[in-house]
Amino acid sequence: MDWITTIGQLLNTTLVFSTALIFAAMGGIFSERSGVTNIGIEGLMTFGAFAAGVASYYAEDAGMGAASPYIGMLAAIVIGLVASLIHAVASITFKADQVISGVVINFLATGSTLYMVKLMFEGAGETPLLMESLQKWKIPFLSKIPIIGEGIFSNYPTTYLAIIVVIVASYILYKTSFGLRLRAVGEHPSAADTVGVKVRRMRYIGVMISGALAALGGATVTLTTTSTFSHNTISGQGFIAIAAMIFGKWNPLGAFGAAVFFGFSQAIGNYFQLFDWAHDIPQEFIYMLPYVLTVIVLVAAVGRSSAPAALGEPYDPGKR
Amino acid sequence: MNKLFKIFTVNSLLTPLVSIVLGLIVGAIIMLIGGYDPILAYSSLFSTVFGNLYDFGETIREITPLIMTGLAVAFAFRAGLFNIGAEGQYIVGMTAATAVGIKLTGLPIVLHAIVAIIAGGLAGGIWAGITGYLKAKRGVNEVIISIMLNWTGLYLSNYIVRNFLLLKGQQRSEDIQDTASISIGWLSDMFSDARMHWGTVIAILAAVFFYVFMWKSKQGYELRAVGHNGDAAKYAGMNVKSNIVKAMFISGIFAGLGGAFQVLGVFHYQAIFTGSPGVGFDGIAVALIGMNHPFGILLSAALFGTLTYGSAGMSFGADVPPEIIRIVIGSIIFFIAAQGIVRWVLKPFYLKRKKEKVL
Repeated sequence: MDWITTIGQLLNTTLVFSTALIFAAMGGIFSERSGVTNIGIEGLMTFGAFAAGVASYYAEDAGMGAASPYIGMLAAIVIGLVASLIHAVASITFKADQVISGVVINFLATGSTLYMVKLMFEGAGETPLLMESLQKWKIPFLSKIPIIGEGIFSNYPTTYLAIIVVIVASYILYKTSFGLRLRAVGEHPSAADTVGVKVRRMRYIGVMISGALAALGGATVTLTTTSTFSHNTISGQGFIAIAAMIFGKWNPLGAFGAAVFFGFSQAIGNYFQLFDWAHDIPQEFIYMLPYVLTVIVLVAAVGRSSAPAALGEPYDPGKR
Repeated sequence: MNKLFKIFTVNSLLTPLVSIVLGLIVGAIIMLIGGYDPILAYSSLFSTVFGNLYDFGETIREITPLIMTGLAVAFAFRAGLFNIGAEGQYIVGMTAATAVGIKLTGLPIVLHAIVAIIAGGLAGGIWAGITGYLKAKRGVNEVIISIMLNWTGLYLSNYIVRNFLLLKGQQRSEDIQDTASISIGWLSDMFSDARMHWGTVIAILAAVFFYVFMWKSKQGYELRAVGHNGDAAKYAGMNVKSNIVKAMFISGIFAGLGGAFQVLGVFHYQAIFTGSPGVGFDGIAVALIGMNHPFGILLSAALFGTLTYGSAGMSFGADVPPEIIRIVIGSIIFFIAAQGIVRWVLKPFYLKRKKEKVL
């Protein structure tokens, strides 16, 4: 067996599995850093996966060829922005419990996407299979490097985009005044308000960015993995992304690491069969691995999590 | 008794009721946009549920586990914890009850069922207790641990069924022994063979227990105090950490019992799951619509179960995709959560009444 190739492939699969989680976790960070809990990430991903499946299909139908997956991604961003507005209006303007309004997003997502699929495609339970899903890009020169060439630089465009988003998110949060305001609003909204930061506006922006990014994560699943949207295209990835965000302590780089860790423990299951001794491990234990590993790592290494101080509390200017 | 009636007074009931009506209206509008007939749809929904005894009995069957997972989520909520892990606790409860129902032999008829129910409840309690323990001792976020344990529970349960309880050549366990069954034969006969079982009765008793424990016992007072303000509770000499573990443990028992009822009363076996069953997640919605109050949960589980079970009839009778019901439920929760919207709708009525109480 060629070890160099195997490790390269393992790295590649890891990133494929991680990409959707990275997008969604970055989304979660923007919302929660602004002080709005977003348990609706799962639903926002569902919306995105749906939009990508439908829009890409119609784009293909209209003869847009290889451009159609990108139309799907754009559609996902738009629907993500709109859907996250529901969460924003309920939890920011009407001061609803943020967990509840996140649950609402999840319910509306599973309900309305399947309803629309059935409406559009004469009662079918899934969108038609896409002909033009995303293809992997080999970056010139870089893809020739051993291990990381195969592992990192021969990947889906969404993966490159996800990595760029992590860097940009990190820059925005810690190096721009916008990022400082966003974090201030999540830590101490009344102090931020005193110095003239528009608390509600910042929170709206945070939630909407999270909608766009989570939906992009959902679109990634449709466009790179399943090529169709059905009831189980998104089944739990949103919650895993939330876990990655908490695991990464609400920090883009940390959450990126956690998402890659999840992707890795999912990917490694596929590679266990290469080893003779692993044949005796029941497949259920391999499926379980990412979740058990997370619990162990959390308990052993991370411990007390440090959420934004004002997370989950509606901002009420009249309150002391 | 006054307090008991207070729950049913106009003010606390008004918001949910208006929200339900608004939710149904949203559903109707979406059906109209989709080109369906909402009146036909809703009438076929209700005629499905109330049209014949079999379907009515099956609706009660549908409601029962929702009561249990709803109570589970609400119990933790009252103690300031978000138990998103009712799903996993429900699953391990199922598996424990199945294992005891199949493997334990020689017990008399009622005792075997009781042991199996206890096993299911304990399994759920321990599963949630892990989360509570890690939260209390290590300060790890309970949401993330619960999510991880949901998946772990799902696969662990599949592993146990596949390796120790499997019916040869099938994707499910063997049948449990008749001694472990909690089905009520004569009641099922009355309801044209709908799957009626004692779990429904226990679920109602569980709601009563929830109420008495939470509002009439010292322990319940401590849990609420910890949920309301952990620091104040600690200052008052309460052991916050042990209360967290207790709250999660009891919460998990509710969910685990729900799973046990489903095996012992309904299916009499456990299937290997291809995906998460979702009853635990639905419990979050049930708890929210029921305002985290046990008696509210009985009502909201009834509503949730009726809508869900009836949605099948709706798609049969009016050709509407049954998923519309999830939109309706989502909207109901939305309106309950964003009470400002409901108040705005009710404003013309409020003006005639006395000034609102200052909260």
